Amino acid sequence: MTILTETKDGPLVLTPDQVEELGKALDELRDRVVADLGERDREYIYSIIKAQRGFEIAGRGMMYLGFLPPVWLAAVAALSVSKILDNMEIGHNVMHGQYDWMREPGLNSREFEWDTVCPADQWKHSHNYMHHTYTNIHGMDRDIGYGILRMDEGQKWNPYYLGNPLWAFLLMVFFEWGVMLHDAEAENIIQGKRKWSDLKPLVKGWWRKAGRQALKDYVVFPALTGPLFLSTLAGNAAANLVRNVWAYSIIFCGHFPSGVQTFTEEETAEETRGEWYVRQMLGSANISGGKLFHIMSGNLSHQIEHHLFPDIPANRYPEIAPEVRALCEKYGLPYHTGPLSKQIGDVWLKIFKLALPPRFTKNPSSAGVIVMRQRKATEVGV
Amino acid sequence: MVDLIDLVQTLTTPHPLDRYLELVRPTLTVRQMRAEITHVRRSVPGSVTLTLRPTRQWRGHAAGQYVQIGVVIDGVRHTRCYSPVNPEGRRDRHIQLTVKAHPGGLVSQYLHENAVPGMVVDLSPAAGVFRLPEVRPDRVVLISGGSGITPVLSMMRTLADEGYPGELTFLHYARSPEAVPHRAELEAIAERNPRFRIELRYPEQGGGPFDYDELERVAPWFAEAQTYVCGPPPLMDAVRKVYEAEELADRLHSEEFTLSTTPVEADEVHGSTRFSASGARAENTGTSLLEQAEAAGLTPEYGCRMGICFSCTAVRRSGCTRNLRTGETDSDPDQPIQLCVSAAVGDVDIEI
Repeated sequence: MTILTETKDGPLVLTPDQVEELGKALDELRDRVVADLGERDREYIYSIIKAQRGFEIAGRGMMYLGFLPPVWLAAVAALSVSKILDNMEIGHNVMHGQYDWMREPGLNSREFEWDTVCPADQWKHSHNYMHHTYTNIHGMDRDIGYGILRMDEGQKWNPYYLGNPLWAFLLMVFFEWGVMLHDAEAENIIQGKRKWSDLKPLVKGWWRKAGRQALKDYVVFPALTGPLFLSTLAGNAAANLVRNVWAYSIIFCGHFPSGVQTFTEEETAEETRGEWYVRQMLGSANISGGKLFHIMSGNLSHQIEHHLFPDIPANRYPEIAPEVRALCEKYGLPYHTGPLSKQIGDVWLKIFKLALPPRFTKNPSSAGVIVMRQRKATEVGV
Repeated sequence: MVDLIDLVQTLTTPHPLDRYLELVRPTLTVRQMRAEITHVRRSVPGSVTLTLRPTRQWRGHAAGQYVQIGVVIDGVRHTRCYSPVNPEGRRDRHIQLTVKAHPGGLVSQYLHENAVPGMVVDLSPAAGVFRLPEVRPDRVVLISGGSGITPVLSMMRTLADEGYPGELTFLHYARSPEAVPHRAELEAIAERNPRFRIELRYPEQGGGPFDYDELERVAPWFAEAQTYVCGPPPLMDAVRKVYEAEELADRLHSEEFTLSTTPVEADEVHGSTRFSASGARAENTGTSLLEQAEAAGLTPEYGCRMGICFSCTAVRRSGCTRNLRTGETDSDPDQPIQLCVSAAVGDVDIEI
């Protein structure tokens, strides 16, 4: 098996031995981190939880003074930070099983629920399983375009995609609802590949989870502030909106900036562990930034490290990133990273460009990465 | 009260209220029971006696029952079972535990070395059927060995407190007099209760192991008594044999103090896997537990089959498993494991 990597500087060939070597190096890196997990990681996640709870209580409390515009703004900011921390550095990571080893009921991937309308179990299926196993494989990873967008040249254009920027904007604004509906595979229902009756169990979960979320943010807390009902309602909605825009932006930067590669099912059939690692690296992109930025992004700014080791506690990603990067350099693999402004600009450019039929858009100047694999000798009849 | 908690929990949804309260103070919880260590005594070498003050959810224990204690060691919460040694039904709602530091016993050693007043531990409600019946039997025989003394000591102290009118014999096996926890307490009980007979045996310092003659000597009326035994397997076997031979097995009640005996050879393939929720069983073939379950006709939920998505996580009730990715073995009971990257080491019970 050969993985041929074609970069701007010309083609680069990774021999099967090299891929295996790389895989081993990453396995060793993983083992080292896992063996070192302990008190430090516990303190870290609890410090984040404490901060999140603090911002939440502050935000809810300040809504009682919501008639003062600066306090209302501060309340929205505090609640937004709380929701972002809850969803990203805590929820997303806990539900990946990153803290299961601590054996704390409050941090267990099977029991955890997050402050968003999508039920944890549904999200874990579409994200932890579908997306993380089949990262960037066409027809397998439904995160490519989320069933409503054209995010890759490999998706065949049709006039519906002229609305690409509008659909993307709506997805950004209503992101938590989009995440909730993701598992429904609406496009497959419209195309008749999936029955309406398949939705029944999903709807039950939505009703249970989203109902409680909406009740809390849009009825109970506003009502508790009495005459400030509308001001609190607006504040809570604003905090949810801020979280939506932020989460959407960070997540879209993880796989859609230019240069990030997608794959076909044929290319990735019967992958070895080393090849799986290579695909994860080629299919992800990081965002550079400071410590606070990484925490607020749930360390998904270290998307490459996260995709290599989705179950390693996120606070370890910044530590291992230099090593992962050095490995990429050693084998000539690209390590996609850049500041948020560049990555998000890249993503929106792509959204606009791919709205148009292919003949109107030039192919991207960088060749990106081509992964080629030889089939097993028996398959090609040798 | 419960309705009010539910109402408040609507405000903290999706997180349980306790996840907020515990950040203020670990013992300030509405649902989850915990306990604070109030006294620590290390009078017997190699063991420590802890007095715990449980949070308000504590409903007390029946003499002989056990509780689970959870402590955090190097970031990981570990849970172990211990039998309270104090009598049941006391008003002060305290629990007294005597923990023997077993060699290689992670939690017992940790408690022996680190327990201090003020420390907060997790606590489960008292459980177990090894307990005195509500209507006390006319005669009682208590037999214990080593750290198996804890549940039967609670039984004896309970009966002493109640002014038990019947006959009672307590037979305990230990390494040496110094190794008997609560010896002063035993002597005091013996002094106060003339109908209580307390016999201590030290087989390693002379004096034979348990047998029929010994039982006949210390409790000639044992056939009319209810007998409670707790201790290491050889003692339990010896007692069981005598009672079976006498056709008195229904009057014998026992509790095994299972020290997890992790097989050293993790690569050796032997034993069988019990899937306790479905009743299926499979011989250990060395493959992953997910494959074993499927081969046994079960359809557990799964996803990536490579250890990344956690879809196939299930609870290992008992036994030892090996993580196929890291090679690490683990035998803590009632722990969630990933079936797709775990293999059985010897007999294992998985709840699917």
